[in-house]
Amino acid sequence: MTKTILLGAVAAGGLIAGAAAAATLDDVKERGTLNCGVATGLAGFAAPNASGEWEGFDVSLCRAVAAAVLGDPSAVEFVPTTGKTRFTALASGEIDMLARNTTWTFSRDNDLNFEFTGINYYDGQGFMVPTELGVTSALDLDGATVCVQTGTTTELNLADFFRKNNISYEPVPIETNAEAQQQYLAGACDTYTTDASGLAATRATFENPGDHVILPEIISKEPLGPLVRHGDNEWGDIVRWTLNALIAAEEMGVNSTNVADMASAAGDSPEINRMLGTEGNLGDMIGLPNDWAVKAIQANGNYGEIFEKTIGENTPIGLSRGLNAQWTDGGLLYAPPFR
Amino acid sequence: MSDMHSESVGYVRETFLSEKEPPLQETGLFKWVRVNLFSNWFYALLTLAAIYVVYVLLSGFIPWFLGGVWQADSIRECREIAGGEVGGCFAVLTDRWYQLLFGFSYPSDKYWRPTLAFVLLFICAAPVLFPAIPRPFMILTLLFPFTAYWLLWGGTILVPLVALAGVVAGYVVYSRLVARSFAIGLFGGVVAAAVVWWLGGFVSEAEPRFLALQEVASRDMGGFMLNMILGVICVSLSLPFGIVLALGRQSSLPIIKWICIVFIEFVRGVPLITLLFVANVVLAYFLPPGTNFDLILRVIIMITMFASAYIAEVIRGGLAALPRGQYEGAESLGLDYAQSMRLIILPQALKISIPGIVNVSVGLFKDTTLVSIISMFDLVGMIRGPILASTDWNGVYWELYGFAALLFFIVCYSISQYSQWLERQLATDHR
Amino acid sequence: MASVTDPHDGGFRLSMLLNDRRYRGLTFQFFALILIIVAMAFLGINLVRNLAAAGLNFSYEFLGDPANYDINQTMIDYTSRSTHLRAALVGLLNTLLVSVMACVTATILGVIAGVLRLSKNWLVRKLMSAYVEAFRNVPVLIWILMIGTVVQQLPSPSAFRGDDPDSSMWLGLIAATNRGIYIPAPIWGPGSLIVIAVFLASIVGVVLYRRYAVAKLYSDGTLLPTFWPSLGILFVPTILAYFLMGQPVSLDVPELQGFNFGGGLQIGRPLIALWLALSVYTGAFIAENVRAGILSVSHGQTEAAASLGLRSNRIMSLVVLPQALRVIVPPLISQYLNITKNSSLAIAVGYADITATLGGITLNQTGRAIETILLLMLFYLVISLSISGVMNVYNASVSLKER
Repeated sequence: MTKTILLGAVAAGGLIAGAAAAATLDDVKERGTLNCGVATGLAGFAAPNASGEWEGFDVSLCRAVAAAVLGDPSAVEFVPTTGKTRFTALASGEIDMLARNTTWTFSRDNDLNFEFTGINYYDGQGFMVPTELGVTSALDLDGATVCVQTGTTTELNLADFFRKNNISYEPVPIETNAEAQQQYLAGACDTYTTDASGLAATRATFENPGDHVILPEIISKEPLGPLVRHGDNEWGDIVRWTLNALIAAEEMGVNSTNVADMASAAGDSPEINRMLGTEGNLGDMIGLPNDWAVKAIQANGNYGEIFEKTIGENTPIGLSRGLNAQWTDGGLLYAPPFR
Repeated sequence: MSDMHSESVGYVRETFLSEKEPPLQETGLFKWVRVNLFSNWFYALLTLAAIYVVYVLLSGFIPWFLGGVWQADSIRECREIAGGEVGGCFAVLTDRWYQLLFGFSYPSDKYWRPTLAFVLLFICAAPVLFPAIPRPFMILTLLFPFTAYWLLWGGTILVPLVALAGVVAGYVVYSRLVARSFAIGLFGGVVAAAVVWWLGGFVSEAEPRFLALQEVASRDMGGFMLNMILGVICVSLSLPFGIVLALGRQSSLPIIKWICIVFIEFVRGVPLITLLFVANVVLAYFLPPGTNFDLILRVIIMITMFASAYIAEVIRGGLAALPRGQYEGAESLGLDYAQSMRLIILPQALKISIPGIVNVSVGLFKDTTLVSIISMFDLVGMIRGPILASTDWNGVYWELYGFAALLFFIVCYSISQYSQWLERQLATDHR
Repeated sequence: MASVTDPHDGGFRLSMLLNDRRYRGLTFQFFALILIIVAMAFLGINLVRNLAAAGLNFSYEFLGDPANYDINQTMIDYTSRSTHLRAALVGLLNTLLVSVMACVTATILGVIAGVLRLSKNWLVRKLMSAYVEAFRNVPVLIWILMIGTVVQQLPSPSAFRGDDPDSSMWLGLIAATNRGIYIPAPIWGPGSLIVIAVFLASIVGVVLYRRYAVAKLYSDGTLLPTFWPSLGILFVPTILAYFLMGQPVSLDVPELQGFNFGGGLQIGRPLIALWLALSVYTGAFIAENVRAGILSVSHGQTEAAASLGLRSNRIMSLVVLPQALRVIVPPLISQYLNITKNSSLAIAVGYADITATLGGITLNQTGRAIETILLLMLFYLVISLSISGVMNVYNASVSLKER
């Protein structure tokens, strides 16, 4: 297609009216790759490494979906999107799914006509300040200059928080996390606000992380999740249940090392059997081969493994599970049953 | 008067005085310094101020540059090696060298391809740039787009070959028919080319592996290479469009004239970044569902539109600067519109417009950095995106931006020097 | 073009639409019009179809909704409860503010650099060439980012704190921090209106005096001094009025309050960074225009003026500059246009111009990409067309009346 266009037949190419967005699954299968929208660079969540491979928490989800649908976790075309372009890219069909730490809100779900297919990270907005300022609460920030990444819900939460508490501040809108960090370290703002996970990740890269403290207030709920176009329920279900499979796998103790064994023959647990396709035909119901969940788990491991590998405590990002622990461990992760 | 003078004095020197050295202030370095730097108190003040500025700049730059660290894996290691001394962390350049030049997803074992294309660019552009090189070498220039496409994007060689065949067929038909009328020639040429492309499409579809290089998607282009690609393609495409627009704006046909005016004024009235937003965010809504243009292609279309409007204005200036007599002369020879433009007006108008065209091209090349704002990883995008976002290099700014500035400076400065040289070469007026 | 007529046969044949110069133009235009209409219809139909498929609609209703975000520099009243439209207006005013400021400084800088590039002082000449070449040949985005980083290196307000602070205020009045520059703000006491009125009257007085001086010069050739009298007329009455009214105007000096300086007038860091970057970048281009303009005035003019006995500064102001201006002004205005357009990169240093508010945050929060970007383009188009309108009027007024 590209080639014909490059050869000059732009007009002719434009006349080929493709199928409407209704059958994303067919499009993906026909194309052989999944177009997945990710961030342009956010350490731990989605960033190309030194050799140019995309890696991170959100990236792993894309790979899992690609594995479930196409059987190949590397059959993903990563499309970097900015805060500005992400929704159009999805709405116009340039990408099949968006996994770009996007907050699930009412208007995005309904006004923009997208469908959030679950929550892969429970986040909340916090503040980071230099220890030397002696600030212990976000309520002490009256008159502060606040660095905030533009084009995110953090900007709105920030305005709401200061307005509600009737304190003043001066926002400094910044495009990228790296530049926010630069300004914060140069003292151009007193505090930097973004999702708590981002703050932790940012602080981890500082020369002296101990000189900075993350304030206890979490001023918003930021349920981050993947989203797809509204109206293609079949495709939405695939993304939703791939995520659920990863979460359920952790709960049920299925991981990347034992999944092959468990999938080779039916085991004792009927639910594991159903999920891994050794029993029943859940795959047929969502239009995928019966071993879709096996492939998804083999791609990067279950939810817990992905978390540990990309943003967990042993990575430079160093996030603890917190709210993102399984419900059995006091967290919020709760996959519906595979039945 | 001298007579009276010589009579009124009692003594006249009869021998010549021997030649003296000129006074110290009137010679060599002293004179130069006095005339050029301290000719009056105001200049002296200016000189002192300038010396101070130079001193401040150099005293900051030299220790930073000489104390630079060139081998390290991260900024922390850099700081350790520098040990508190002033010194740039140039290790980021060596570590991310290929990413800065080619982006992060161009296959690393294929870097020779863009490099070769880059070298070929110079070789193939030379016949156009330097009038001294014999005309037959122009064929190299004509082959370049096809070679470069094959090298950069890969795939079977049949695709560029078919494209080339189409162009050749179009040209042959055009040269046969142009004697009858320019419009018929042009139309025939376009049809012939389209037919060859259409037929050739089947051939290249059928043999996708014939002499194929590994395919690289447009999305994987990045770094300075992307700036070069966008710059070269858009400048060369915008020239013909610019000429057409300029002629259209000068035309006596009101509808065509107004279409051109509205287009030119609209494009010149908005910042390039809004057009890029359109390319990135809005354009998809205006195309039939299912069409999926490459982002790079959409951006090329937008930048070309942008540049053509500016080039059109430059050429319009050139057209307006031609004396009325040239138009009238062409008319009186009985040439029709196409002939008089092709043979009389445009060659002269374009020559006058060269400095303006070069200025627009340099500006356009610089503006290709704006694509970093719409999530493309050109040189600036690489710096602001993956490199500064990585935990290894977050905090290195001057070295990276300085490097980017240096690369652009080298390219743009050479272009403008070249254009000045060319102006002197083409100057046919007497002085 | 349609001047060639063949009167011999009056009939109209269809082939004349292609072959006859009188009608061929009509044919071309007809096809061009059809082509444009078809293209527009094609795009329009696609838009409607795509929007319907995505379940979206095209409406500007969101402009009336609360914006819910704050802006760091607002020239009109604005809170996070104001509407998106008001946020766009705030951004528009910010765009205009930084553009006007940058136009003024870039002109000053450009004229100085352009004149100095022609100076006989070797070092200054070379330095100015280096400045011009360095800024002309590097993308403005890189300069904005670099200058943004430079401005960040200013001391932060905390450096002014304590008994032995690292930084102190200039003259005790002005604080330059990486949050912005704080300057004293005047407090208008009772009676200050009279002082201002006197000052405005003085300006009128200066203009009148200068007119009188010129008239006198032309009528009987007496040359009146202008510089010192102008200065006197400008300041002496105002200062007198100031003291007579009992010093009604006092200064609100900025001082440290909490995290930042309070009081006084704050010029925010993003504004300074963008202003500086646009000024020095465009200044380099203006310097080239000025140089070209001065060089375009034939040397004979200078020599002729000198032979009339004019002093060198009068040659510059009475002979060279008026002629050079004709060459300088048109490109100067297009540089002003460029400043306005380049100011759209403001977000790179965190300045809330219209691209950052309407085309950035509003677009993100509402997801109304088409609507916001169309509106954004419209705003820029209106600004640009007004500037070019002014330029055309000026061009018409100074153009040599030839032929």
